[in-house]
Amino acid sequence: MSVAKSNPTLPIEGHDHIQGSIKAPVALVEYGDYECPYCGQAYPIVKAVQKRLGNRLCFAFRNFPLANMHPHAEHAAEAAEAAAAQGRFWEMHDLLYENQVALDDADLEEYASTLGLDSQRLMEEVRSGAHTARIREDFRGGARNGVNGTPTFFINGERYDGELSEEALLEALGESDE
Amino acid sequence: MGPLIAHQHRLSCVSEAETLKATKPTPEIRFFLTRRKSKQVGTFIFMNVINKPVSERTQPKTNGSAALPAGTPAPDFELKSTPDQTVRLSEFRGQPVVLAFYPADWSPVCGDQMALYNEMLSEFQEYRAELLGISVDGPWCHAAFCHDRKLHFPLLSDFEPKGDVARRYGVYCDKDGVCERALFVIDAEGVIYWSYVSPIGVNPGAAGILSALEEMKNKKETK
Repeated sequence: MSVAKSNPTLPIEGHDHIQGSIKAPVALVEYGDYECPYCGQAYPIVKAVQKRLGNRLCFAFRNFPLANMHPHAEHAAEAAEAAAAQGRFWEMHDLLYENQVALDDADLEEYASTLGLDSQRLMEEVRSGAHTARIREDFRGGARNGVNGTPTFFINGERYDGELSEEALLEALGESDE
Repeated sequence: MGPLIAHQHRLSCVSEAETLKATKPTPEIRFFLTRRKSKQVGTFIFMNVINKPVSERTQPKTNGSAALPAGTPAPDFELKSTPDQTVRLSEFRGQPVVLAFYPADWSPVCGDQMALYNEMLSEFQEYRAELLGISVDGPWCHAAFCHDRKLHFPLLSDFEPKGDVARRYGVYCDKDGVCERALFVIDAEGVIYWSYVSPIGVNPGAAGILSALEEMKNKKETK
């Protein structure tokens, strides 16, 4: 499969939060909401897929908080971005998905402390919406590119509408690599 | 593993009702399945319309009804938005209007589609576009649904005569007695600029609406 380099649903170096090399043969982009239960279900599946594919996979996460439906989603996304500002995006991303039922501001502050971050600064950024523009940009880009719910995955720039299981995802990723 | 049953995980995140559908196969777009070599058995495939240019997407049609196409003056209507208020389409002359016909309040896909649009209101407002949801549900049902889902745009009741507006737009499904899942983007002069009918179980998302609004805006600016 050939994919134009400008495809906005491919990981973007220097912009996206990325795990793995941008030059990896397979790219997986997730649009997610930290309070969405289906994203919570997807979380261990993505982890397993990452483990299986190792450095052959480039995984990027983008924000798609459905804030009216999920009252904690926006602040959770802010907290992850604020953690990114202190160089610890993925650690916060993982903590949030592992603790989806505890996403109050007090919980976010606790997670920041757990990660050894400057929790006061992090919470100031959360409360002031310091990263709102970035989150909104993710959201807008997603909506324009066919994200219609969460989680939505793109494999090598193409929306994946299949079953959400490790087996199905691996197969789709494998085929895309052919 | 037998033939992979494509379920609809994405249109989710609304309520427990959602989880019901996880076990229920839907005649969904699963175009990736076309690339599966050995396991597909009678997979029903729709075209993936999302990424096509607007001009290619404007070919509505399902269940034998034909949605009004681009270039048609949008039929005016007045429908209840609450038990004691009405909204008339022509009130919005001078600005774009997005009509989102959908089958029913509370059903999982509709809920997700409306939830998505609810998050996109600021995007629509950038184009000065007014969003109106329309189904055959009564105004009290809409009120409860709006309250539950914290929707911040009007849901109109095409309730009496039932489905009359949907029929005039060519998007009433007689068999099921509901509106089809249809989108119309209407320009400031009240003419349909773009229309699209989605398979009833598929959330059409917002990409088509946004590109139509963008195209309309660009055309206006180059005039």
